[in-house]
Amino acid sequence: MIYYITSILLVLIGMYAVLVKKNLIKIVIGLSIVDNGIHLLLIAIGYVKNGTAPIFSKAGLQPNQMVDPVPQALVLTAIVIGLAVTAVALSLIIRLYDHHKTLNINKIRKLKW
Amino acid sequence: MRKVIAILLLIIIGYYSIDTILKIPFGEGVKGVGKHYLESTIKETGAVNSVTAIVVSYRGFDTLGEVTVLFLAATGLGAILYDKKGKKRSLQNASLIVKTSSKIIYPLIALLGAYVFVHGHLTPGGGFQGGAIIATGVLLMFISYRSFETNHKALSIIESLAGMTFVTIGFAGLIYGTSFLQNILPFGIPGELFSAGIIPLIYVAVGFKVGAELTALLDNLLKTIK
Repeated sequence: MIYYITSILLVLIGMYAVLVKKNLIKIVIGLSIVDNGIHLLLIAIGYVKNGTAPIFSKAGLQPNQMVDPVPQALVLTAIVIGLAVTAVALSLIIRLYDHHKTLNINKIRKLKW
Repeated sequence: MRKVIAILLLIIIGYYSIDTILKIPFGEGVKGVGKHYLESTIKETGAVNSVTAIVVSYRGFDTLGEVTVLFLAATGLGAILYDKKGKKRSLQNASLIVKTSSKIIYPLIALLGAYVFVHGHLTPGGGFQGGAIIATGVLLMFISYRSFETNHKALSIIESLAGMTFVTIGFAGLIYGTSFLQNILPFGIPGELFSAGIIPLIYVAVGFKVGAELTALLDNLLKTIK
């Protein structure tokens, strides 16, 4: 229960950074916090009380003692995609900084909302 | 003013998401497709690690797409940061302690990365994690030595060969079996290093590919000084 609420709170903190902060790097940090919150939420949904990792490393481990492997596999995919998104966003920020000499979105014209 | 609007919006979003999410039961037994995967992983794929079996065997096509996304990101980053004049990394040298210790640690990190992706079907880990570990080792060398250079041509050759290996294994499944990425090799004894058919081969290819891609990506990102 507390895991669900904490991960939603992480998502909200990340969204706050995206909505309020003016620095582009801080906005990207906010995006990755949202990412992490969603990963934690998915892992928490797959949790089973007193379950072990879904690996049959020892003889005698039964499938009903294990946590759900499907969310873990999907989160593995999501982490890689999140890494790719962050890298491309940072490279765009480097280019914007080269051009405008600032990271403040209010000082970069044509980017206002 | 903007902060107040943002906080109000987030309170509304947060209230309704928590209200919805709390209806999902927490910590109860695995149902549906997860239960099937847990019960038949060893029988159907020969791998001990169910997560690896799902990522590489059951959803192998999805992993091929994931590798493609990472490749596109690395290529796009190279295209965005491309500069005719040629760029350099920061000229600041690290201290003697950092330089000496990173020279000792770097091969060990590479060894750990190789261990993680070779044992992807037995222990937690796999190609993506192992590749990321290798790339962190290279990053350590990048930040301690300003003259440490990677061979970009060799990196792109490793990357293309690894990607081609993945697709070739997939087509071998199509030729000798019935479907793309079908596990055509013998499974062996579950729990041993040489087991689980094509899963370790694919994860070694993915490990090389991710390691080379992330190294090129870090190199591009660090070379920002004109």
